[in-house]
Amino acid sequence: MNLIGEKGVRRIFLATAFSALSALLLIALFIINEGVPFIVKYGIGDFLLASTWNPKEGQFGIFPMVVASIWVTLGAMLVGAPLGVAGAIFLSEFVPVTVMRIVKPMIELLAAIPSVVFGFIGVVVLAPLIRTYLGGPGLSLLAGCIILGIMILPTVISISIDSIQAVPRSYREGSLALGATTWQTVHMVTFRAAKSGIIASIILGMGRAIGETMAVIMVAGNAVKIPHSALDSVRSLTANIALEMSYATGLHRQALFATGVVLFVVIMILNSLAIMAMRKRVAKK
Amino acid sequence: MILLLAAFVGGCGRSKSSITLAGSTAFQPFAEKLADQYMLNHPSASISVQGGGSAVGVQSAISGAAQIGMADLVTLPPEARVLTSTVVAQDGIAIVVHPSNRVTDLTKQQVSGIFNGTIRNWKDAGGSNAPITVVSREAGSGTRSSFEEILGNITLTKDALIQDSNGTIRETVANDPNAIGYLSHALLSDRIIAIRIDHVECSTENVVAGKYILVRPIYLLVKGMPEGETKSFIDFILSSEGQKMIEQNGLIRAR
Repeated sequence: MNLIGEKGVRRIFLATAFSALSALLLIALFIINEGVPFIVKYGIGDFLLASTWNPKEGQFGIFPMVVASIWVTLGAMLVGAPLGVAGAIFLSEFVPVTVMRIVKPMIELLAAIPSVVFGFIGVVVLAPLIRTYLGGPGLSLLAGCIILGIMILPTVISISIDSIQAVPRSYREGSLALGATTWQTVHMVTFRAAKSGIIASIILGMGRAIGETMAVIMVAGNAVKIPHSALDSVRSLTANIALEMSYATGLHRQALFATGVVLFVVIMILNSLAIMAMRKRVAKK
Repeated sequence: MILLLAAFVGGCGRSKSSITLAGSTAFQPFAEKLADQYMLNHPSASISVQGGGSAVGVQSAISGAAQIGMADLVTLPPEARVLTSTVVAQDGIAIVVHPSNRVTDLTKQQVSGIFNGTIRNWKDAGGSNAPITVVSREAGSGTRSSFEEILGNITLTKDALIQDSNGTIRETVANDPNAIGYLSHALLSDRIIAIRIDHVECSTENVVAGKYILVRPIYLLVKGMPEGETKSFIDFILSSEGQKMIEQNGLIRAR
């Protein structure tokens, strides 16, 4: 160790720390450099709010995809957030710690399953079920919401558990000593004290849902239109980039980078919200 | 990226005569096999094959990033005028449905109607009462632009599902009894059936005889006149040995 010395180690860690940061900066610069000129040239209003996407004719309106991304993400929240938060409350308040210690890593394992596997299950199992019992093409907004809802469960559950456990024991003991039942303690004391952490977990899950690409391409059908029902096929912003990038040249390619800029901005906003919610929690303590 | 790669390949292969092919993903696997065989016959040659799509094939042949561009388009874009094009193979585009579908024959007008979104139920095309699920390729795909161009005036219905490869089109159609899609003739399987168009079946014989309308040529594009190793490789593809390899792997010979 003397070979490198205290200062040397410090520099090495500095370099590693900055490599992550510089990767982020490079990516941001690259997307902005490729995408922003297009947005300026085509007009931000026409780009964001027009609903015809026809690259061959030079029409690049991403409104249906913005709407689709929002619906898919909200739908995934509707599926994933209640399930995840309820699961976290159950695991941290209603079962012995040993059970939680076994179950939590198993749920976190869910995060390690590649998204293409989720997509495949969606195509082979979920889509035919939706087609048979609910109608429509099966590959739909609903299928996307359910698959993404399941995919965000590990994020929501494990961060929620952490923040529920961070609530000081004395809060719970105080509440129980005043004669409250376990459920009353959970929803009136623990849940409120852990609220900002739970919100942060949901927002992080949301970030995962909006950025997910492979599973959405496979199960959502990718039709470019504003959905009228949950059974309609939709194309998210991420799917648009991944689907067409391999063939795109010229203006079409720039339009896809511009789609990336829109996505980047949306995810930045979401992550900032998550960080703000986390800070609030820390400040409270 | 491609430029860099080409420069890299070019830099490495100075001692050997090296050729780069880029473009059509439909012809890429065939080009790779042909290149392997050619390099066996000519140990001094070095050929690398890259994908990227037909548009990339045209662009890189013009820019010189690749000596040979591959494109599977019915009509080459105007900027390809400066290139010498050679048809090396043909590929039929099969219109496919689920095996349970009663419809086995459609007219050209019906196919256009279905993909335009004016025919939305199978009963209007001679089938049972069920909504039609149209499955198409993404914008920019050579298969899609050839398909739309041959049938003419197709503005794809906004309800169409979009899949990004021949393989996923096949999976989607094989899983959905109401679906209709199109894919390369080479990729037909027994889980989907090809529909006859105006009573003509999508078969190698009908494509060669010029009876089946949905056929696209596969072009090799070269800047200027092909010479040296490039010419010799194209000649090999057009030779009876090369054409036989193309045929064995599911495409249709050029002549």
